[in-house]
Amino acid sequence: MAGLGLLDFGFEFVEIFAFVVLATVGLAVIFGMMGIINLAHGEFILVGAYATTFSFAAGLPLPLAMLAGVVITAVFGVVLERLIIRHLYGRLLDSMVVTWGISLVMIQLVRIVFGNSAPGIGIPFGQLPIVDGPVYYLVLAVIAVGLLGGLYALFMWTDFGVRARATMQDEETARSMGIDTDRMYASTFAIGSALAGLTGALYAPVMPITPEYGTGFLVEAFVAVVVGGASVIVGTVLASGFLGTVNAAVTNVAGTFMGQVAMLIAAIVAIRLLPEGITGLLADLREKRGESE
Amino acid sequence: MLEITNVHASYSKTPILRGIDVSVETGEIVGIMGKNGVGKTTLVKTVMGLLEADEGRIVFDGEDVTDEPADVRARHGMGYIPQGRDVFPELTVEENLRMGETINDGTDDLQYDAVYDYFPILEERRDQEAGTMSGGQQQLLAIGRALIGNPELLVLDEPSEGVQPSIVQDITRDLRRVNEELGTTILFVEQNLHVVQRLGERCYAIDKGAIVDELGPERLESRDAVTEYLAV
Ligand SMILES: Nc1ncnc2c1ncn2[C@@H]1O[C@H](COP(=O)(O)OP(=O)(O)OP(=O)(O)O)[C@@H](O)[C@H]1O
Ligand SMILES: [Mg+2]
Repeated sequence: MAGLGLLDFGFEFVEIFAFVVLATVGLAVIFGMMGIINLAHGEFILVGAYATTFSFAAGLPLPLAMLAGVVITAVFGVVLERLIIRHLYGRLLDSMVVTWGISLVMIQLVRIVFGNSAPGIGIPFGQLPIVDGPVYYLVLAVIAVGLLGGLYALFMWTDFGVRARATMQDEETARSMGIDTDRMYASTFAIGSALAGLTGALYAPVMPITPEYGTGFLVEAFVAVVVGGASVIVGTVLASGFLGTVNAAVTNVAGTFMGQVAMLIAAIVAIRLLPEGITGLLADLREKRGESE
Repeated sequence: MLEITNVHASYSKTPILRGIDVSVETGEIVGIMGKNGVGKTTLVKTVMGLLEADEGRIVFDGEDVTDEPADVRARHGMGYIPQGRDVFPELTVEENLRMGETINDGTDDLQYDAVYDYFPILEERRDQEAGTMSGGQQQLLAIGRALIGNPELLVLDEPSEGVQPSIVQDITRDLRRVNEELGTTILFVEQNLHVVQRLGERCYAIDKGAIVDELGPERLESRDAVTEYLAV
């Protein structure tokens, strides 16, 4: 029985960890790399979900429908970046106000165009044998971990990643090294948008698709970005792990609602204790160790 | 190789450069000296395309680059070492050098061997974060980074600033080697007497945004002739 309890907790953790990671990555890339707080993040996810569900309803196989969701959200992101967002770099507050406005407009627009609900997609792959839950959640977790690994490799090891980080640290110098920084920003924003689109696509079979679909991801996404701190990938991993553990542990004994509450309380405590996020704490520790050498 | 003709530039309507004429021949080392705040950095940024010229023309390698953005000019073969060096602090030394690869994208002749030969410390510290190095080492990194893409022209903004005197001598010697061995043309701005006298083959003097004098090798030998334009 204790073994089964542990298994339940394990499954709960995997489910929540994957959710927090997937809810967060797109937001974290755009915030961490470009300093833009995208309050329309939820609506980018919404675009991914709608594109997926309508492609699926039109007869595309699910994986292709999801790909359509990703591509359409990326294109949507690039258009928005070129038209609006690029005028907001380095203007944190303005970027928040504008993206918030975009978010409100989009929710209403989706409601007007598509009504209050969209066709559903059944959860693929069926149920797990021992634990009470769908196999699909494990698939999501594998995707989440793979995505983190892929993003880490992209930003740490490739030419693109080095140039993107350099542009973020010092745009003018990057430009004087021959980097088209405008294009760098547009590409990074496209990646962040594509990630949000992927999240919308992946959860389209799981959550009811309504105009408020995107808001279901916001709490986890923003809490994880703040708790994680400025370092995009490491921050997302640590914050998702921490929040997932708290949430899963409490959910297991006291139910989903209390799990959410516990996660928010843990987040508030974490932000209070670590104003720079977990990765800020790590940076401090590294500096202290360097000084004492 | 570089022709700057009647260049004017300003910051939000405050005119800083008032008709600059400077010309640099291929293979030369040319200095521009002047005191604090006379417009040296403004001139360098205008040359690099980081600041738009209000008037005048900049021709590089036979091509009018006046209206080209900074990244395009860099890819034509201009390597830039900003004042205060501006290495990417959170990138490693090697990643900083990698950033220089896009300079002069005509060549696939990357200069890692030469750069590690001139500045062995950069190879030793390849994996160190650039921001944790000393000022002098960061200056070497900034020079190395600009050299990686084998630029035709190297533009340096006060390479001696914040660097201890013994390292300044090393840097001066290294830049002369670069000029001789790689054939890189060098344009630098300075207010350090040692660098002006030892590095420059020819030097312009700038004051209040205008070129006020040009010194050949003989006058550069004379301490008095040079210090007239410096704050020493
Ligand atoms: N971004 C800016 N906005 C407005 N004015 C500026 C700006 N940068 C420099 N200035 C002004 O332009 C003038 C020339 O500055 P510049 O930086 O070109 O001088 P400099 O010769 O490089 O000085 P230093 O020896 O201190 O580096 C100065 O009066 C300075 O105050
Ligand atoms: Mg200056």
